[in-house]
Amino acid sequence: MVSANSELTYNSKIEGDVVVSRADAVINWIRANSMWPMPMGLACCAIELMATGASRFDIARFGAEVMRFSPRQADVMIVAGTVTYKMSSALRRIYDQMSEPKWVIAMGACASTGGMYRSYAVLQGVDRIVPVDVYVSGCPPRPEALLDALVKLQEKVKREPSASKLLSA
Amino acid sequence: MPKGLEALAALKGRWAALSDRASLDHPAINVPAGDLLAVLRALRDEHGFDMLTDISGVDWALGAHPRFTVVYHVFSTQSHEYIRIAVGCADDAAPEVPSATGLWPGADWHEREAFDMYGVRFTGHPDLRRILMWDGYPHFPLRKDFPLAGIETDLPDAEVVAETGTNAIAAPMMGGPFVASTGEMNMTDAEPRAKDESWTERRPKPGAK
Repeated sequence: MVSANSELTYNSKIEGDVVVSRADAVINWIRANSMWPMPMGLACCAIELMATGASRFDIARFGAEVMRFSPRQADVMIVAGTVTYKMSSALRRIYDQMSEPKWVIAMGACASTGGMYRSYAVLQGVDRIVPVDVYVSGCPPRPEALLDALVKLQEKVKREPSASKLLSA
Repeated sequence: MPKGLEALAALKGRWAALSDRASLDHPAINVPAGDLLAVLRALRDEHGFDMLTDISGVDWALGAHPRFTVVYHVFSTQSHEYIRIAVGCADDAAPEVPSATGLWPGADWHEREAFDMYGVRFTGHPDLRRILMWDGYPHFPLRKDFPLAGIETDLPDAEVVAETGTNAIAAPMMGGPFVASTGEMNMTDAEPRAKDESWTERRPKPGAK
């Protein structure tokens, strides 16, 4: 029975200043709840990305409000918009500059598949040059869809074998 | 008499090689490439057409002569009129037109775009590089013999090619190009879609071998 006096959280008097857990669970918990996005805003999807960061949708609720314009400080690249072939080398370079661990969200139809731009100038899906973790449909997707993608990515991160990866690295 | 027609009449008196050009809106004139700069200069300095608004290219067809035409629109900020000047390129294989950058510095990027898309070389241009496609791209995309889907080529960055093993592919057309429908219909029906949806990359086009 939950009452105002129920202890639902860690209580040092009972637990004795010790928390027992798995390394994976701790590492993934830290990573998943503090994903700093690299906003790769290339087209109209970037407007929805900005809305996602603003007060109404507030991506801070999921710990991803710190938009980093330096790839070296970012965890997840949100590719928001049409990637032309001319831009593709810059995009790949920025991805390479991000430090591990790193993830990619392909936001919207263009980033996922080239979208309606079936043309000589547009990269037909950003997964041709970077590994994509979550695809978001929509043209552009609503902020809720991007938040859903972020939550899905967090679930994915929480299943990763982080400790063994760290030890083998 | 509008200023534009007056100016064209004066120009035709001076250069015999000029001829009238069919036009639905603004006064238009055909100019040989050799007279182009002199004609543009006269329009700018003597007739008040002081603003170059656009330089565009036309590819009429493979085998047409002239195959390439470069079209200039100049505007008069005094009389608020346009004049259209068209230059047919004498050489269909390697089209060439003198650059207007000496008259209007703003011609720079217009000419780079026309060069990028049609391969028209503007002689005397200070920096004739591609402007939309990347440096080293081997084709001219708006030419009639270039398919909309593109032609398979290398990506601009050799390092990315080495890292990812990918290249610029011919885009999958899936029965396209995609066109929007107009008229009184709901938004779902009006969305851009292929006119012939009976074939895709996996299901071959009916009648194709």
